[in-house]
Amino acid sequence: MTDSPGEERAPQAGAAAPAAVEFAGVTLAHGRRRLVEDASFGLAQGAFVGLFGANGAGKTTLMRSVLGLERPRAGRITVFDAPARPGRAGIGILPQQRQWPAATLDLAAIALLEAAHPGQGPAIGAALDLVDGQALARRRLGALSGGERQRLLLAQALVGAPRLLLLDEPLAGLDPGAQVQIVALIDRIRRQLEATVLFSAHDLNPLLGVMDAALWIAARRVRLDAPAALLRADVLDGLYGARMQVISGEGRVVVVPAC
Amino acid sequence: MLSQMLQFGFMQDALLAALAVSVLAGVVGYLLVLRAASFAGHALSHIAFAGASAALLAGWPPLPGMIGLPVLAGAAIGAIERPAGRRGGAAADVAIGLLLAASLAVGLLCLHFATGSVSAATSLLFGNILGIDRATLWVLCAVVVAALAGLAWMHRTLLFVILQPDLAEAQGVRVRLVWAGFMMLAGVAVAASAQIVGVLLTFALMVAPPAAAQRLTRHPRTGAAVSVALALAQCWAGLVASYLTDWPVSVWIVGFGVAAFVLAWAVGARLDRR
Ligand SMILES: Nc1ncnc2c1ncn2[C@@H]1O[C@H](COP(=O)(O)OP(=O)(O)OP(=O)(O)O)[C@@H](O)[C@H]1O
Ligand SMILES: [Mg+2]
Repeated sequence: MTDSPGEERAPQAGAAAPAAVEFAGVTLAHGRRRLVEDASFGLAQGAFVGLFGANGAGKTTLMRSVLGLERPRAGRITVFDAPARPGRAGIGILPQQRQWPAATLDLAAIALLEAAHPGQGPAIGAALDLVDGQALARRRLGALSGGERQRLLLAQALVGAPRLLLLDEPLAGLDPGAQVQIVALIDRIRRQLEATVLFSAHDLNPLLGVMDAALWIAARRVRLDAPAALLRADVLDGLYGARMQVISGEGRVVVVPAC
Repeated sequence: MLSQMLQFGFMQDALLAALAVSVLAGVVGYLLVLRAASFAGHALSHIAFAGASAALLAGWPPLPGMIGLPVLAGAAIGAIERPAGRRGGAAADVAIGLLLAASLAVGLLCLHFATGSVSAATSLLFGNILGIDRATLWVLCAVVVAALAGLAWMHRTLLFVILQPDLAEAQGVRVRLVWAGFMMLAGVAVAASAQIVGVLLTFALMVAPPAAAQRLTRHPRTGAAVSVALALAQCWAGLVASYLTDWPVSVWIVGFGVAAFVLAWAVGARLDRR
Protein backbone atom coordinates (compact mmCIF):
# COMPACT_ATOMS: atom_id res chain seq x y z
CA MET A 1 0.00 0.00 0.00
CA THR A 2 2.21 2.76 1.25
CA ASP A 3 5.94 2.92 1.65
CA SER A 4 5.98 6.29 3.34
CA PRO A 5 8.14 6.34 6.48
CA GLY A 6 6.40 4.36 9.19
CA GLU A 7 2.75 3.82 9.85
CA GLU A 8 2.45 6.39 12.63
CA ARG A 9 -0.18 9.09 12.24
CA ALA A 10 0.76 12.34 10.64
CA PRO A 11 1.81 15.06 13.07
CA GLN A 12 -1.06 16.37 15.12
CA ALA A 13 -2.18 19.93 14.61
CA GLY A 14 -0.30 22.18 16.95
CA ALA A 15 2.74 19.89 17.04
CA ALA A 16 6.17 21.32 16.40
CA ALA A 17 6.29 20.38 12.68
CA PRO A 18 6.35 23.42 10.38
CA ALA A 19 2.91 24.43 9.16
CA ALA A 20 1.79 23.89 5.58
CA VAL A 21 -0.76 26.67 5.91
CA GLU A 22 -0.62 29.44 8.48
CA PHE A 23 -3.32 32.01 9.23
CA ALA A 24 -2.33 34.94 11.44
CA GLY A 25 -5.14 37.26 12.53
CA VAL A 26 -7.02 36.81 9.27
CA THR A 27 -10.32 38.52 8.50
CA LEU A 28 -12.21 37.49 5.38
CA ALA A 29 -15.17 39.38 3.97
CA HIS A 30 -17.30 39.75 0.87
CA GLY A 31 -18.25 43.39 0.49
CA ARG A 32 -19.45 44.49 3.88
CA ARG A 33 -20.16 40.98 5.05
CA ARG A 34 -17.51 39.58 7.32
CA LEU A 35 -17.30 35.82 7.17
CA VAL A 36 -14.30 35.15 9.35
CA GLU A 37 -12.73 37.39 11.96
CA ASP A 38 -9.26 37.28 13.41
CA ALA A 39 -8.52 33.67 12.53
CA SER A 40 -5.18 32.27 13.62
CA PHE A 41 -4.16 28.67 13.16
CA GLY A 42 -1.60 26.48 11.43
CA LEU A 43 -2.19 23.27 9.50
CA ALA A 44 0.57 20.79 10.21
CA GLN A 45 2.33 19.28 7.22
CA GLY A 46 0.95 15.89 6.32
CA ALA A 47 -2.20 16.33 8.39
CA PHE A 48 -5.71 15.42 7.27
CA VAL A 49 -7.82 18.37 8.39
CA GLY A 50 -11.60 18.43 8.14
CA LEU A 51 -13.19 21.84 7.47
CA PHE A 52 -16.72 22.33 8.75
CA GLY A 53 -19.30 25.07 8.86
CA ALA A 54 -22.92 25.69 7.94
CA ASN A 55 -23.88 26.71 4.40
CA GLY A 56 -22.51 30.16 3.76
CA ALA A 57 -20.15 30.06 6.74
CA GLY A 58 -17.19 30.67 4.45
CA LYS A 59 -15.55 27.29 3.81
CA THR A 60 -15.13 27.90 0.10
CA THR A 61 -14.01 31.47 0.74
CA LEU A 62 -11.41 30.23 3.21
CA MET A 63 -10.03 27.76 0.66
CA ARG A 64 -9.94 30.46 -1.98
CA SER A 65 -8.01 32.66 0.41
CA VAL A 66 -5.37 29.93 0.75
CA LEU A 67 -5.08 30.06 -3.03
CA GLY A 68 -4.67 33.82 -2.88
CA LEU A 69 -7.94 34.38 -4.73
CA GLU A 70 -9.57 36.18 -1.80
CA ARG A 71 -7.49 38.88 -0.16
CA PRO A 72 -7.80 38.99 3.62
CA ARG A 73 -9.07 42.29 5.02
CA ALA A 74 -6.60 41.90 7.81
CA GLY A 75 -3.88 39.47 8.79
CA ARG A 76 -1.56 37.25 6.82
CA ILE A 77 -1.91 33.88 5.12
CA THR A 78 1.24 31.86 4.58
CA VAL A 79 1.49 28.72 2.48
CA PHE A 80 4.73 26.78 2.78
CA ASP A 81 6.51 29.79 4.26
CA ALA A 82 5.51 32.18 1.48
CA PRO A 83 2.52 34.52 1.25
CA ALA A 84 -0.56 33.02 -0.42
CA ARG A 85 -0.91 34.07 -4.03
CA PRO A 86 -2.44 32.58 -7.17
CA GLY A 87 -0.30 30.33 -9.32
CA ARG A 88 1.74 28.68 -6.57
CA ALA A 89 3.01 25.25 -7.51
CA GLY A 90 2.40 22.22 -5.32
CA ILE A 91 -1.27 22.85 -4.55
CA GLY A 92 -3.96 20.54 -5.87
CA ILE A 93 -7.57 21.67 -5.77
CA LEU A 94 -10.94 20.05 -6.15
CA PRO A 95 -13.42 22.91 -6.50
CA GLN A 96 -16.89 22.65 -5.02
CA GLN A 97 -19.11 20.87 -7.50
CA ARG A 98 -20.71 23.24 -9.93
CA GLN A 99 -23.22 22.76 -12.67
CA TRP A 100 -21.36 21.53 -15.72
CA PRO A 101 -22.43 23.04 -19.04
CA ALA A 102 -24.21 20.29 -20.97
CA ALA A 103 -21.60 20.37 -23.72
CA THR A 104 -18.80 19.65 -21.25
CA LEU A 105 -20.55 16.46 -20.21
CA ASP A 106 -20.10 15.16 -23.76
CA LEU A 107 -16.33 15.24 -23.35
CA ALA A 108 -14.09 12.55 -21.92
CA ALA A 109 -12.69 13.39 -18.50
CA ILE A 110 -9.19 13.09 -19.90
CA ALA A 111 -9.93 16.14 -22.05
CA LEU A 112 -10.55 18.20 -18.93
CA LEU A 113 -7.35 16.98 -17.35
CA GLU A 114 -5.35 17.75 -20.46
CA ALA A 115 -6.87 21.22 -20.67
CA ALA A 116 -5.73 21.95 -17.14
CA HIS A 117 -2.32 20.31 -17.48
CA PRO A 118 -1.21 20.67 -21.09
CA GLY A 119 1.75 18.56 -22.09
CA GLN A 120 1.83 16.63 -18.82
CA GLY A 121 0.74 13.23 -20.10
CA PRO A 122 2.88 11.14 -17.71
CA ALA A 123 1.86 13.17 -14.65
CA ILE A 124 -1.80 12.83 -15.68
CA GLY A 125 -1.36 9.09 -16.09
CA ALA A 126 0.23 8.81 -12.64
CA ALA A 127 -2.62 10.79 -11.09
CA LEU A 128 -5.19 8.59 -12.80
CA ASP A 129 -3.38 5.53 -11.49
CA LEU A 130 -3.65 6.89 -7.94
CA VAL A 131 -7.44 6.87 -8.19
CA ASP A 132 -7.60 3.80 -10.42
CA GLY A 133 -9.25 5.92 -13.09
CA GLN A 134 -7.42 5.09 -16.33
CA ALA A 135 -10.41 3.32 -17.88
CA LEU A 136 -12.97 5.85 -16.64
CA ALA A 137 -11.09 8.82 -18.05
CA ARG A 138 -11.88 7.91 -21.63
CA ARG A 139 -15.60 7.57 -21.15
CA ARG A 140 -18.09 10.35 -21.64
CA LEU A 141 -18.19 12.50 -18.50
CA GLY A 142 -21.99 12.58 -18.53
CA ALA A 143 -22.14 8.81 -18.55
CA LEU A 144 -20.22 8.43 -15.26
CA SER A 145 -21.77 8.03 -11.85
CA GLY A 146 -21.24 10.75 -9.26
CA GLY A 147 -18.64 8.68 -7.44
CA GLU A 148 -16.70 7.91 -10.61
CA ARG A 149 -16.76 11.55 -11.63
CA GLN A 150 -15.52 12.58 -8.19
CA ARG A 151 -12.61 10.17 -8.48
CA LEU A 152 -11.59 11.74 -11.77
CA LEU A 153 -11.86 15.24 -10.35
CA LEU A 154 -9.68 14.05 -7.52
CA ALA A 155 -7.18 12.74 -10.05
CA GLN A 156 -6.96 16.15 -11.56
CA ALA A 157 -6.10 17.62 -8.16
CA LEU A 158 -3.30 15.07 -7.92
CA VAL A 159 -1.47 15.85 -11.15
CA GLY A 160 2.11 16.75 -10.32
CA ALA A 161 2.00 15.16 -6.85
CA PRO A 162 1.05 18.30 -4.88
CA ARG A 163 2.04 18.80 -1.25
CA LEU A 164 -1.22 20.50 -0.32
CA LEU A 165 -4.70 19.34 -1.32
CA LEU A 166 -7.67 21.68 -1.01
CA LEU A 167 -10.76 19.54 -1.45
CA ASP A 168 -14.06 21.43 -1.33
CA GLU A 169 -16.92 19.08 -0.45
CA PRO A 170 -15.75 16.04 -2.36
CA LEU A 171 -18.51 13.98 -0.74
CA ALA A 172 -21.44 16.08 -1.96
CA GLY A 173 -24.01 13.93 -3.71
CA LEU A 174 -22.36 10.59 -2.95
CA ASP A 175 -24.05 7.60 -1.32
CA PRO A 176 -22.67 6.49 2.08
CA GLY A 177 -20.62 3.66 0.61
CA ALA A 178 -19.02 5.91 -1.98
CA GLN A 179 -18.33 8.53 0.72
CA VAL A 180 -16.37 6.03 2.80
CA GLN A 181 -14.45 4.88 -0.28
CA ILE A 182 -13.51 8.41 -1.32
CA VAL A 183 -12.35 9.31 2.17
CA ALA A 184 -10.24 6.14 2.40
CA LEU A 185 -8.81 6.82 -1.05
CA ILE A 186 -7.85 10.37 -0.14
CA ASP A 187 -6.31 9.23 3.11
CA ARG A 188 -4.21 6.62 1.32
CA ILE A 189 -3.09 9.10 -1.34
CA ARG A 190 -2.21 11.66 1.30
CA ARG A 191 0.16 9.19 2.93
CA GLN A 192 1.61 8.17 -0.40
CA LEU A 193 2.30 11.78 -1.41
CA GLU A 194 2.95 12.98 2.14
CA ALA A 195 0.54 15.79 1.42
CA THR A 196 -1.48 18.00 3.71
CA VAL A 197 -5.23 17.70 3.14
CA LEU A 198 -7.86 20.32 3.85
CA PHE A 199 -11.21 18.64 3.27
CA SER A 200 -14.54 20.44 3.68
CA ALA A 201 -17.71 18.52 4.42
CA HIS A 202 -21.13 18.90 5.98
CA ASP A 203 -21.41 15.45 7.47
CA LEU A 204 -18.53 14.82 9.81
CA ASN A 205 -19.23 11.12 10.32
CA PRO A 206 -17.30 9.84 7.29
CA LEU A 207 -14.24 11.78 8.47
CA LEU A 208 -14.33 10.88 12.15
CA GLY A 209 -11.92 7.96 12.01
CA VAL A 210 -9.60 9.57 9.50
CA MET A 211 -8.98 13.23 10.20
CA ASP A 212 -6.16 14.37 12.47
CA ALA A 213 -7.73 17.72 13.22
CA ALA A 214 -10.93 19.63 12.68
CA LEU A 215 -11.15 23.24 11.55
CA TRP A 216 -14.55 24.79 11.96
CA ILE A 217 -16.24 28.09 11.33
CA ALA A 218 -19.09 29.10 13.61
CA ALA A 219 -20.29 32.64 14.25
CA ARG A 220 -17.32 34.05 12.29
CA ARG A 221 -14.83 32.36 14.59
CA VAL A 222 -12.47 29.73 13.28
CA ARG A 223 -11.21 27.02 15.58
CA LEU A 224 -8.68 24.30 14.99
CA ASP A 225 -8.72 21.42 17.42
CA ALA A 226 -8.60 17.69 17.79
CA PRO A 227 -11.69 16.02 16.29
CA ALA A 228 -12.84 15.05 19.76
CA ALA A 229 -13.28 18.73 20.65
CA LEU A 230 -15.85 18.99 17.89
CA LEU A 231 -17.93 16.21 19.40
CA ARG A 232 -19.32 18.24 22.27
CA ALA A 233 -23.05 18.90 22.03
CA ASP A 234 -22.73 22.68 22.45
CA VAL A 235 -20.02 22.92 19.77
CA LEU A 236 -22.09 20.89 17.33
CA ASP A 237 -25.22 22.93 18.04
CA GLY A 238 -23.29 26.08 17.20
CA LEU A 239 -21.87 24.50 14.07
CA TYR A 240 -25.10 23.24 12.61
CA GLY A 241 -27.52 25.72 14.16
CA ALA A 242 -29.65 22.79 15.34
CA ARG A 243 -29.68 20.43 18.30
CA MET A 244 -27.26 17.61 17.67
CA GLN A 245 -26.57 14.40 19.49
CA VAL A 246 -23.43 12.30 19.74
CA ILE A 247 -24.04 8.56 19.88
CA SER A 248 -21.24 6.15 20.68
CA GLY A 249 -21.21 2.40 20.66
CA GLU A 250 -19.36 -0.55 19.17
CA GLY A 251 -16.19 1.51 19.28
CA ARG A 252 -17.59 4.19 17.00
CA VAL A 253 -19.01 7.66 17.36
CA VAL A 254 -21.85 9.04 15.24
CA VAL A 255 -23.30 12.53 15.13
CA VAL A 256 -27.00 12.86 14.35
CA PRO A 257 -29.65 15.57 14.70
CA ALA A 258 -31.47 15.25 17.99
CA CYS A 259 -35.20 15.06 17.47
CA MET B 1 -24.01 20.51 -63.90
CA LEU B 2 -21.53 21.18 -61.11
CA SER B 3 -18.74 22.10 -63.48
CA GLN B 4 -21.09 24.59 -65.08
CA MET B 5 -21.84 26.09 -61.69
CA LEU B 6 -18.13 26.40 -60.91
CA GLN B 7 -17.53 28.50 -64.01
CA PHE B 8 -19.38 31.48 -62.58
CA GLY B 9 -17.03 33.95 -60.93
CA PHE B 10 -19.58 34.90 -58.29
CA MET B 11 -19.97 31.23 -57.43
CA GLN B 12 -16.21 30.79 -57.01
CA ASP B 13 -16.16 33.82 -54.75
CA ALA B 14 -19.07 32.46 -52.74
CA LEU B 15 -17.40 29.08 -52.28
CA LEU B 16 -14.19 30.74 -51.16
CA ALA B 17 -16.02 33.04 -48.74
CA ALA B 18 -17.89 30.05 -47.34
CA LEU B 19 -14.62 28.21 -46.81
CA ALA B 20 -13.01 31.07 -44.92
CA VAL B 21 -16.04 31.74 -42.78
CA SER B 22 -16.74 28.09 -42.01
CA VAL B 23 -13.29 27.53 -40.53
CA LEU B 24 -13.63 30.48 -38.17
CA ALA B 25 -17.32 29.96 -37.35
CA GLY B 26 -16.78 26.25 -36.78
CA VAL B 27 -14.00 26.76 -34.23
CA VAL B 28 -15.43 29.81 -32.45
CA GLY B 29 -18.91 28.30 -32.39
CA TYR B 30 -17.54 25.11 -30.89
CA LEU B 31 -15.88 27.02 -28.06
CA LEU B 32 -19.02 29.08 -27.44
CA VAL B 33 -21.11 25.93 -27.21
CA LEU B 34 -18.58 24.30 -24.86
CA ARG B 35 -18.81 27.23 -22.55
CA ALA B 36 -22.64 27.35 -22.90
CA ALA B 37 -22.33 30.89 -24.25
CA SER B 38 -24.08 30.48 -27.58
CA PHE B 39 -26.65 33.05 -26.50
CA ALA B 40 -23.94 35.68 -26.15
CA GLY B 41 -22.83 34.77 -29.66
CA HIS B 42 -26.39 35.21 -30.88
CA ALA B 43 -26.53 38.66 -29.30
CA LEU B 44 -23.27 39.62 -31.00
CA SER B 45 -24.84 38.97 -34.38
CA HIS B 46 -27.59 41.47 -33.64
CA ILE B 47 -24.98 43.96 -32.58
CA ALA B 48 -23.34 43.36 -35.95
CA PHE B 49 -26.62 44.42 -37.52
CA ALA B 50 -26.59 47.68 -35.58
CA GLY B 51 -22.97 48.27 -36.59
CA ALA B 52 -23.62 47.59 -40.26
CA SER B 53 -26.71 49.81 -40.30
CA ALA B 54 -24.86 52.62 -38.61
CA ALA B 55 -22.09 52.31 -41.20
CA LEU B 56 -24.64 52.52 -44.01
CA LEU B 57 -26.19 55.58 -42.44
CA ALA B 58 -22.78 57.20 -42.31
CA GLY B 59 -22.36 56.45 -46.00
CA TRP B 60 -19.70 53.78 -45.51
CA PRO B 61 -19.67 50.21 -46.70
CA PRO B 62 -21.33 48.06 -44.01
CA LEU B 63 -18.40 45.72 -43.32
CA PRO B 64 -16.32 47.92 -40.96
CA GLY B 65 -19.32 48.61 -38.74
CA MET B 66 -20.41 45.03 -38.96
CA ILE B 67 -17.08 43.83 -37.62
CA GLY B 68 -16.13 46.75 -35.39
CA LEU B 69 -19.20 47.00 -33.19
CA PRO B 70 -19.49 43.31 -32.22
CA VAL B 71 -15.76 43.23 -31.45
CA LEU B 72 -16.19 46.13 -29.04
CA ALA B 73 -19.34 44.56 -27.62
CA GLY B 74 -17.58 41.22 -27.28
CA ALA B 75 -14.92 42.81 -25.13
CA ALA B 76 -17.63 44.39 -22.96
CA ILE B 77 -19.66 41.18 -22.61
CA GLY B 78 -16.54 39.19 -21.81
CA ALA B 79 -15.49 41.69 -19.19
CA ILE B 80 -18.82 41.86 -17.34
CA GLU B 81 -19.53 38.16 -17.39
CA ARG B 82 -18.54 36.37 -14.22
CA PRO B 83 -16.33 33.33 -14.45
CA ALA B 84 -18.42 30.17 -14.72
CA GLY B 85 -19.66 28.55 -11.60
CA ARG B 86 -20.68 31.59 -9.66
CA ARG B 87 -23.77 33.70 -9.41
CA GLY B 88 -24.82 36.25 -12.00
CA GLY B 89 -25.94 33.80 -14.72
CA ALA B 90 -29.62 34.73 -15.02
CA ALA B 91 -28.99 38.47 -14.73
CA ALA B 92 -26.32 38.20 -17.41
CA ASP B 93 -28.78 36.41 -19.71
CA VAL B 94 -31.34 39.17 -19.28
CA ALA B 95 -28.73 41.86 -19.86
CA ILE B 96 -27.53 40.12 -23.01
CA GLY B 97 -31.12 39.66 -24.23
CA LEU B 98 -31.85 43.34 -23.74
CA LEU B 99 -28.65 44.28 -25.52
CA LEU B 100 -29.80 42.11 -28.41
CA ALA B 101 -33.20 43.81 -28.63
CA ALA B 102 -31.68 47.27 -28.32
CA SER B 103 -29.21 46.52 -31.11
CA LEU B 104 -31.97 45.45 -33.47
CA ALA B 105 -33.85 48.64 -32.63
CA VAL B 106 -30.80 50.83 -33.24
CA GLY B 107 -30.17 49.05 -36.53
CA LEU B 108 -33.76 49.57 -37.56
CA LEU B 109 -33.55 53.26 -36.77
CA CYS B 110 -30.32 53.70 -38.72
CA LEU B 111 -31.79 51.94 -41.74
CA HIS B 112 -34.91 54.07 -41.44
CA PHE B 113 -32.80 57.17 -42.05
CA ALA B 114 -30.38 55.61 -44.51
CA THR B 115 -31.30 55.65 -48.20
CA GLY B 116 -31.89 52.54 -50.29
CA SER B 117 -32.37 50.62 -47.12
CA VAL B 118 -34.83 47.89 -48.06
CA SER B 119 -32.53 45.62 -50.06
CA ALA B 120 -29.69 46.45 -47.68
CA ALA B 121 -31.82 45.38 -44.74
CA THR B 122 -32.73 42.08 -46.35
CA SER B 123 -29.17 41.18 -47.18
CA LEU B 124 -27.97 42.19 -43.71
CA LEU B 125 -30.67 40.16 -42.02
CA PHE B 126 -30.70 37.09 -44.24
CA GLY B 127 -27.33 37.16 -45.96
CA ASN B 128 -26.27 37.64 -49.55
CA ILE B 129 -23.39 35.31 -50.18
CA LEU B 130 -23.86 35.40 -53.95
CA GLY B 131 -23.52 39.16 -53.95
CA ILE B 132 -20.14 39.36 -52.23
CA ASP B 133 -17.81 41.57 -54.24
CA ARG B 134 -14.08 40.99 -54.59
CA ALA B 135 -13.06 43.72 -52.17
CA THR B 136 -15.35 42.35 -49.48
CA LEU B 137 -14.07 38.86 -50.14
CA TRP B 138 -10.46 39.86 -49.56
CA VAL B 139 -11.28 41.85 -46.46
CA LEU B 140 -13.23 38.85 -45.19
CA CYS B 141 -10.34 36.46 -45.83
CA ALA B 142 -7.83 38.78 -44.17
CA VAL B 143 -10.02 39.22 -41.11
CA VAL B 144 -10.61 35.49 -40.81
CA VAL B 145 -6.90 34.71 -41.04
CA ALA B 146 -6.12 37.31 -38.40
CA ALA B 147 -8.80 35.93 -36.07
CA LEU B 148 -7.58 32.37 -36.59
CA ALA B 149 -4.05 33.46 -35.78
CA GLY B 150 -5.35 34.98 -32.55
CA LEU B 151 -7.18 31.76 -31.70
CA ALA B 152 -4.13 29.65 -32.43
CA TRP B 153 -2.09 31.87 -30.16
CA MET B 154 -4.47 31.63 -27.20
CA HIS B 155 -6.09 28.23 -27.68
CA ARG B 156 -4.41 26.45 -24.78
CA THR B 157 -5.22 29.07 -22.22
CA LEU B 158 -8.67 29.44 -23.69
CA LEU B 159 -9.49 25.75 -23.35
CA PHE B 160 -8.18 25.82 -19.80
CA VAL B 161 -10.42 28.78 -18.94
CA ILE B 162 -13.47 27.29 -20.66
CA LEU B 163 -13.21 23.79 -19.26
CA GLN B 164 -11.68 24.49 -15.84
CA PRO B 165 -12.38 28.08 -14.85
CA ASP B 166 -11.74 27.47 -11.15
CA LEU B 167 -8.41 25.84 -11.76
CA ALA B 168 -7.36 28.44 -14.27
CA GLU B 169 -8.13 31.16 -11.76
CA ALA B 170 -6.16 29.38 -9.06
CA GLN B 171 -3.22 29.10 -11.45
CA GLY B 172 -3.19 32.86 -11.75
CA VAL B 173 -4.66 32.97 -15.28
CA ARG B 174 -6.46 36.25 -15.94
CA VAL B 175 -9.72 34.48 -16.63
CA ARG B 176 -11.76 37.53 -17.54
CA LEU B 177 -9.12 38.98 -19.80
CA VAL B 178 -8.85 35.71 -21.72
CA TRP B 179 -12.62 35.46 -22.03
CA ALA B 180 -12.96 39.06 -23.17
CA GLY B 181 -10.25 38.48 -25.78
CA PHE B 182 -12.08 35.42 -27.03
CA MET B 183 -15.40 37.26 -27.18
CA MET B 184 -13.75 39.88 -29.40
CA LEU B 185 -12.76 37.09 -31.77
CA ALA B 186 -16.32 35.79 -31.49
CA GLY B 187 -17.45 39.23 -32.67
CA VAL B 188 -15.29 38.81 -35.77
CA ALA B 189 -16.65 35.30 -36.37
CA VAL B 190 -20.23 36.50 -36.04
CA ALA B 191 -19.69 39.36 -38.49
CA ALA B 192 -18.08 36.98 -40.96
CA SER B 193 -20.92 34.47 -40.60
CA ALA B 194 -23.45 37.23 -41.11
CA GLN B 195 -21.84 37.88 -44.50
CA ILE B 196 -22.94 34.39 -45.50
CA VAL B 197 -26.28 33.75 -43.83
CA GLY B 198 -27.24 37.15 -42.41
CA VAL B 199 -27.38 38.29 -38.81
CA LEU B 200 -30.65 36.56 -38.02
CA LEU B 201 -29.39 33.16 -39.12
CA THR B 202 -25.81 33.11 -37.79
CA PHE B 203 -27.03 30.76 -35.08
CA ALA B 204 -27.48 28.07 -37.72
CA LEU B 205 -23.88 28.45 -38.88
CA MET B 206 -22.20 29.01 -35.50
CA VAL B 207 -24.20 26.74 -33.24
CA ALA B 208 -25.70 23.91 -35.27
CA PRO B 209 -22.37 22.47 -36.50
CA PRO B 210 -20.61 22.56 -33.11
CA ALA B 211 -23.66 21.23 -31.30
CA ALA B 212 -23.75 18.34 -33.76
CA ALA B 213 -19.98 17.80 -33.45
CA GLN B 214 -20.36 17.77 -29.70
CA ARG B 215 -22.54 14.69 -29.86
CA LEU B 216 -20.08 12.82 -32.04
CA THR B 217 -16.76 13.18 -30.26
CA ARG B 218 -15.33 13.29 -26.76
CA HIS B 219 -12.24 15.37 -27.44
CA PRO B 220 -12.26 19.13 -27.91
CA ARG B 221 -9.75 19.30 -30.74
CA THR B 222 -11.52 16.61 -32.75
CA GLY B 223 -14.79 18.32 -31.92
CA ALA B 224 -13.60 21.64 -33.31
CA ALA B 225 -12.39 19.92 -36.48
CA VAL B 226 -15.69 18.09 -36.97
CA SER B 227 -17.51 21.35 -36.35
CA VAL B 228 -15.50 23.09 -39.10
CA ALA B 229 -16.12 20.22 -41.51
CA LEU B 230 -19.86 20.30 -40.85
CA ALA B 231 -20.05 24.08 -41.22
CA LEU B 232 -18.21 23.90 -44.52
CA ALA B 233 -20.31 21.00 -45.81
CA GLN B 234 -23.44 22.88 -44.81
CA CYS B 235 -22.39 26.03 -46.71
CA TRP B 236 -21.16 24.34 -49.85
CA ALA B 237 -24.12 21.97 -50.01
CA GLY B 238 -26.32 25.00 -49.49
CA LEU B 239 -24.72 26.78 -52.46
CA VAL B 240 -25.19 23.75 -54.70
CA ALA B 241 -28.77 23.20 -53.60
CA SER B 242 -29.55 26.84 -54.13
CA TYR B 243 -28.03 26.70 -57.62
CA LEU B 244 -30.22 23.72 -58.46
CA THR B 245 -33.44 25.01 -56.94
CA ASP B 246 -33.02 28.78 -57.16
CA TRP B 247 -34.14 29.09 -53.53
CA PRO B 248 -32.21 31.54 -51.32
CA VAL B 249 -28.88 30.06 -50.19
CA SER B 250 -29.49 30.84 -46.54
CA VAL B 251 -32.60 28.69 -46.52
CA TRP B 252 -30.57 25.67 -47.58
CA ILE B 253 -27.68 26.39 -45.22
CA VAL B 254 -30.03 26.61 -42.27
CA GLY B 255 -31.92 23.54 -43.42
CA PHE B 256 -28.76 21.45 -43.71
CA GLY B 257 -27.61 22.75 -40.33
CA VAL B 258 -30.79 21.65 -38.62
CA ALA B 259 -30.69 18.30 -40.40
CA ALA B 260 -27.06 17.69 -39.37
CA PHE B 261 -27.91 18.55 -35.79
CA VAL B 262 -30.87 16.16 -35.64
CA LEU B 263 -28.86 13.42 -37.30
CA ALA B 264 -25.95 13.88 -34.90
CA TRP B 265 -28.27 13.58 -31.94
CA ALA B 266 -29.65 10.33 -33.25
CA VAL B 267 -26.16 8.96 -33.89
CA GLY B 268 -24.90 10.29 -30.55
CA ALA B 269 -27.72 8.55 -28.71
CA ARG B 270 -26.70 5.25 -30.31
CA LEU B 271 -23.03 5.85 -29.40
CA ASP B 272 -24.06 6.43 -25.79
CA ARG B 273 -25.89 3.12 -25.63
CA ARG B 274 -22.80 1.16 -26.64
N1 LIG C 1 -17.99 36.37 -4.96
C1 LIG C 1 -18.80 36.63 -3.93
N2 LIG C 1 -19.33 37.86 -3.79
C2 LIG C 1 -20.14 38.16 -2.77
N3 LIG C 1 -20.50 37.29 -1.81
C3 LIG C 1 -20.00 36.05 -1.89
C4 LIG C 1 -19.14 35.65 -2.96
N4 LIG C 1 -18.81 34.35 -2.77
C5 LIG C 1 -19.44 33.96 -1.66
N5 LIG C 1 -20.16 34.97 -1.12
C6 LIG C 1 -20.95 34.91 0.13
O1 LIG C 1 -20.09 34.59 1.18
C7 LIG C 1 -20.68 33.66 2.04
C8 LIG C 1 -19.78 32.47 2.21
O2 LIG C 1 -19.73 31.75 0.98
P1 LIG C 1 -18.91 30.41 0.86
O3 LIG C 1 -19.16 29.91 -0.52
O4 LIG C 1 -17.53 30.62 1.30
O5 LIG C 1 -19.65 29.49 1.92
P2 LIG C 1 -19.51 27.94 2.19
O6 LIG C 1 -19.22 27.75 3.62
O7 LIG C 1 -18.56 27.35 1.22
O8 LIG C 1 -20.99 27.44 1.89
P3 LIG C 1 -21.51 26.05 1.28
O9 LIG C 1 -21.53 25.08 2.40
O10 LIG C 1 -22.89 26.37 0.84
O11 LIG C 1 -20.60 25.68 0.17
C9 LIG C 1 -22.04 33.34 1.47
O12 LIG C 1 -23.00 34.06 2.19
C10 LIG C 1 -21.96 33.79 0.08
O13 LIG C 1 -23.21 34.26 -0.36
MG1 LIG D 1 -18.68 26.04 -0.30
